[in-house]
Amino acid sequence: MSDVANETILLVDDDFDFLNQLDIQLSAEGYNIITAEGQKAAEKILEDTCPDLAILDLMMEHQDGGFALAFHIKKKYANVPVIIVSGVNSETSLKFDASTDEERTWVKADVFLSKPIRFEQLLKEVQRLIKG
Amino acid sequence: MITVRTLVVDDEAGMRKSIARVLSKTVLTIPDVDQQINFEVDLAADGSEALAKLKSNQPDLLLLDYKLPDITGLEILDQLTAEESEMVTIMITAYASLETAVAAVKNGAFDFLAKPFNPEELRSTVSKAVQNLIVARQLKKLARERHQVRFQFISVLGHELKSPINAVEGYLNLMKSKTMGDDIESYDSMIDRCLVRTRGMIKLILDLLDLTRLESGSKTQDLCTSDIRDIAIRSIETMQPMADERGIQCVLHADKTIDLYCDSGEIEIIFNNLISNAVKYNKDNGSVDVYLDKVDNLITIKVKDTGIGMNAEEQATLFQEFTRIKNAQTRNITGSGLGLTILKKITALYSGTIKISSQPDQGSTFIVTLIDNIDNEENH
Repeated sequence: MSDVANETILLVDDDFDFLNQLDIQLSAEGYNIITAEGQKAAEKILEDTCPDLAILDLMMEHQDGGFALAFHIKKKYANVPVIIVSGVNSETSLKFDASTDEERTWVKADVFLSKPIRFEQLLKEVQRLIKG
Repeated sequence: MITVRTLVVDDEAGMRKSIARVLSKTVLTIPDVDQQINFEVDLAADGSEALAKLKSNQPDLLLLDYKLPDITGLEILDQLTAEESEMVTIMITAYASLETAVAAVKNGAFDFLAKPFNPEELRSTVSKAVQNLIVARQLKKLARERHQVRFQFISVLGHELKSPINAVEGYLNLMKSKTMGDDIESYDSMIDRCLVRTRGMIKLILDLLDLTRLESGSKTQDLCTSDIRDIAIRSIETMQPMADERGIQCVLHADKTIDLYCDSGEIEIIFNNLISNAVKYNKDNGSVDVYLDKVDNLITIKVKDTGIGMNAEEQATLFQEFTRIKNAQTRNITGSGLGLTILKKITALYSGTIKISSQPDQGSTFIVTLIDNIDNEENH
């Protein structure tokens, strides 16, 4: 257990097992985790909760649910960092990342990670974004 | 309007012009093709000009004179058959011998026109050739679409197979690194999820095998007259342990023999699919009622559950391959998303239909009708 304790992370993915595994891993690192299995459930949580960070899957029940949700979060809580996680690169060979300014103007995410993700990498990004 | 690009090759200028005149005024209609067909005509006076035009911009239709000053029409055909093309060729010849005609057809010509011919003969021969051209095009398009559908199926299948393996691997890694400490019981829920996902994958593979067998048609039907009540009873017995676990009552309502000339294995798949769905998507202590009836040669199988039901949106996507209703209530229900596709295919074999009525939280009713085609019995 690390001692970063008590920062709240919102996890959104329609793949229950992926969500569950990230929940277990991030909880073990001492984070307080809220999970949502879809865009609607996440929006409901966001009504009265401001997380310290959000990790979203790109493609949920709607093709671009993650984009829409990221936009929603940034509009309501401009300072909450967003990580978008997606299998879209390996499945459609489309390339997304939020590495250029141009892309950041329309991808409302601070970091873009492709599935399968390495937990260590995700954790590093989480720690960096929450500190910043 | 479909425009057929036509190349007329003849060394007689008068012949070239008159064919061009007739075709450019012709508008054809062809059975089963809802568009009209017209012609755009280009001309060539000898073999080398023809070959140059054929290579740079291949037409749809070629009207080719047999006797040309430099090379014969047959030699041109010879050079063309090497390449795969959709073009149809009509050979024009003054020497309407059987020998020439056979040689032309052997070299890939579709038909031939014997000089002299009148505009009506020209139009009729061209019309047949164009019909052939368009049918060939449609077949090609169909093959392309079929290829596309298969490709899409495989790509979705790949995803459906990868996702449970990823999930299981993820849990195994968490167990290996002892994320939850040394107490083995902390890992119970992970093990349960691994089992759910593994069972799902096995079911998917089994259903896939069923589907492949049905689609390939390689399995010959083992047909005889069976009382399908017996098949229903067997199927209910198979599902009983799963139903008992959750206090679900399965009751068969059928007060007479329901004979069907069928492959009992196929009918068993129907019952297994319907009844297992009715149990899986039921609520604890719910019920499953199976009604069988036969009026004349129409058999009705009705399976009614008191389960979680579906809304209209969910019902609409039900018969798509790999569709599974995904929500918190269905998370731990194992399924491949192919069961109803299989059900639909088998039902079609018996000229049947499937109807669904469902209310969220109230339950679903599946009604399958099958036609008892007893008359066919004599043919087998």
